[in-house]
Amino acid sequence: MAETLEFVLTAVRLSTPVAFAALGGVLAERSGVYNVALEGAMLAGCFGAALGAFHGGPWVGLCAGIAAGLLVGALLGFLTITLRLQQIVSGIAINLLVIGLTSYLSRIVFSGQANTLHLEGLTMPLWPALSNLFLLGPLVFSQPPLIGLLLMLTLALWWLLQHTHFGLSLRAAGDAPRSADTCGINVANVRWVAVLGSCALAAAGGCFIVLCQVYLFSEHMTAGKGFIALAAVILSRWSMPGALVAALFFGGFDALQLKLQFSNPDIPYQLFVAMPYAAALLALFGFVRRYTPPLAVGIPFIRTTR
Amino acid sequence: MRTSLALAARNAAGLATALVLGAGLVLLGGGSPIDAYRALFAGAFGDINSWNALLVKACPIILAGLAVAIPLRLGLFNLGGEGQMYIGALAATLVALALPDWPPGPLILLCCLAGVIAGSAWALLAAAMNVLRGVNEVIGTLLLNYVAANIVSWVVSGPLMEPGAPFPYSAEIAEAIHLPPLLADWDAHIGFVVAVLLAIAFQWVLSRGTIGLSIAITARSRSAAVYAGLLPNRLTLGTFAVGGGLAGLAGAFEILGVKYRLFQGFVGGYGFDGVIAAMLAGAQPAMVVVSGILLAGLKVGANSMQRAVGLPVTLVEALQGLIIICVTASAAWPLIEASLRHGTSSLNNRALRLRLWLKRSNLS
Repeated sequence: MAETLEFVLTAVRLSTPVAFAALGGVLAERSGVYNVALEGAMLAGCFGAALGAFHGGPWVGLCAGIAAGLLVGALLGFLTITLRLQQIVSGIAINLLVIGLTSYLSRIVFSGQANTLHLEGLTMPLWPALSNLFLLGPLVFSQPPLIGLLLMLTLALWWLLQHTHFGLSLRAAGDAPRSADTCGINVANVRWVAVLGSCALAAAGGCFIVLCQVYLFSEHMTAGKGFIALAAVILSRWSMPGALVAALFFGGFDALQLKLQFSNPDIPYQLFVAMPYAAALLALFGFVRRYTPPLAVGIPFIRTTR
Repeated sequence: MRTSLALAARNAAGLATALVLGAGLVLLGGGSPIDAYRALFAGAFGDINSWNALLVKACPIILAGLAVAIPLRLGLFNLGGEGQMYIGALAATLVALALPDWPPGPLILLCCLAGVIAGSAWALLAAAMNVLRGVNEVIGTLLLNYVAANIVSWVVSGPLMEPGAPFPYSAEIAEAIHLPPLLADWDAHIGFVVAVLLAIAFQWVLSRGTIGLSIAITARSRSAAVYAGLLPNRLTLGTFAVGGGLAGLAGAFEILGVKYRLFQGFVGGYGFDGVIAAMLAGAQPAMVVVSGILLAGLKVGANSMQRAVGLPVTLVEALQGLIIICVTASAAWPLIEASLRHGTSSLNNRALRLRLWLKRSNLS
């Protein structure tokens, strides 16, 4: 029992960064913007979190990380919504920019010592008094506050998308922007909000990696988690709770590979490390055809053309 | 011709903007931008030795750039150059080590062929997932990179590891099958010439050949392509097979001409340099040669810049990022320029769109 719980706990912790980014991905794609820059936003979040925590403690780190994510979001919004460039090209370009910038800046601000840092993390339990509660106790209340925040955000964003006026506008911008425009919805503004929120969420995932898992910054430390999140967005069928489940699926694979890696030292570890990526590919291959993305995703909206 | 000149002008403007922004980064690092850029460009293009070092790096970047540019003509993104290079290098190493008794000439060709086929097959995995199940090729190719890198990492620390090696690498290939150098005593090998010839050949095929027209039609309208009797799925598979093959060839050349053995982290980002090269070139194979040489120059110059002004070499990565963003953004220039000229603040202006349309169709 204790072992199972330990395993589930590892899975939850490993899936949290991907889950944050996947929520962000769902938000952006529902509004009609492919966010390939999730990886870059996450990495920017890592860098911001490390920088903030280095100078002002963990909470400053969290704020700085999210601010860095918002900067990435602003760039993505400018390129895709204001300039209406191809969304995938913009995302790829932003990823490359963030990888380069964070590598350069980390050598300057941490004077080459970034991966020997031991930053103060956000590790205090969320609500110790409730730690004996069934399941939620050990999995949420005795865990770092970001995991609780993730659950709250999932619920809140689901509510926002499905049950509010703004959510309806956002979905309309992603499915039928012209109709939305006819109804007086400012499609560009809605997409701006979604893109900024999306990158802030991905950055929060990056903050979790730095502040709750490794307590340091290393170059390109997200190592493709943002791309796994993109796969999770598809498997979630573009729903917020679905994104959480899909991220948990990949986190489960990650936890499984760690467990197998330790219990089978004879089998080369690289085969296990490749497992989550292979699992993502297989899952996409197996399930993707049944799912339809938001109808207008990827298409820049120009008011005056048909 | 006018459009390609306009493209070159826009790219140059983007490049200049990126260098100005990059100067800000240099200042941030406490250096003098003029000294840094002077050292960077002198180190990159200054003398014959730097050209030697530059052409070593330009070869894989150009090939990886072609690997991106060719599917990009169809509007598809091959971000798997990194993984395709790994698999191509692995295949070339396997062949080179398995057949030590073969005469050098045929063995070199066979190694290259093995690299091409293996890279092709790896790219086709992602393309087949796209064609059969509609899996987005961006995600497919990216995820396959991680699988490929881990396969190579396993192979060189297990089955192919040289006994007694201090860290995981494979045995060295025979000296007889090293690629011949471009000039006597140079590090740069004839792979660069092959890459340039391939780029020119593909430019010709894509701009003059029937295949090129088919790709252009399919990229603009899939339904028109189907109506014209073209087979878009086959073009997807074909462009990815060719692209992956070129990246695989790049991997094989790295084994045969530069590193002579396979090890973990072997490719070291050339696949993504290829993405940048292809985007800068606007997916024109011949222009990939130019952008590839430019990017290789930045890499080579980075070291002398670090020696001269003491800034970390990663400045060049940041600079590359700025260049790709600025050049991407400069693609929107016609829109911005028109709105400036007509004094309209909103890009949504209906009259402006009309004028743009008239201008494009040469009606006014």
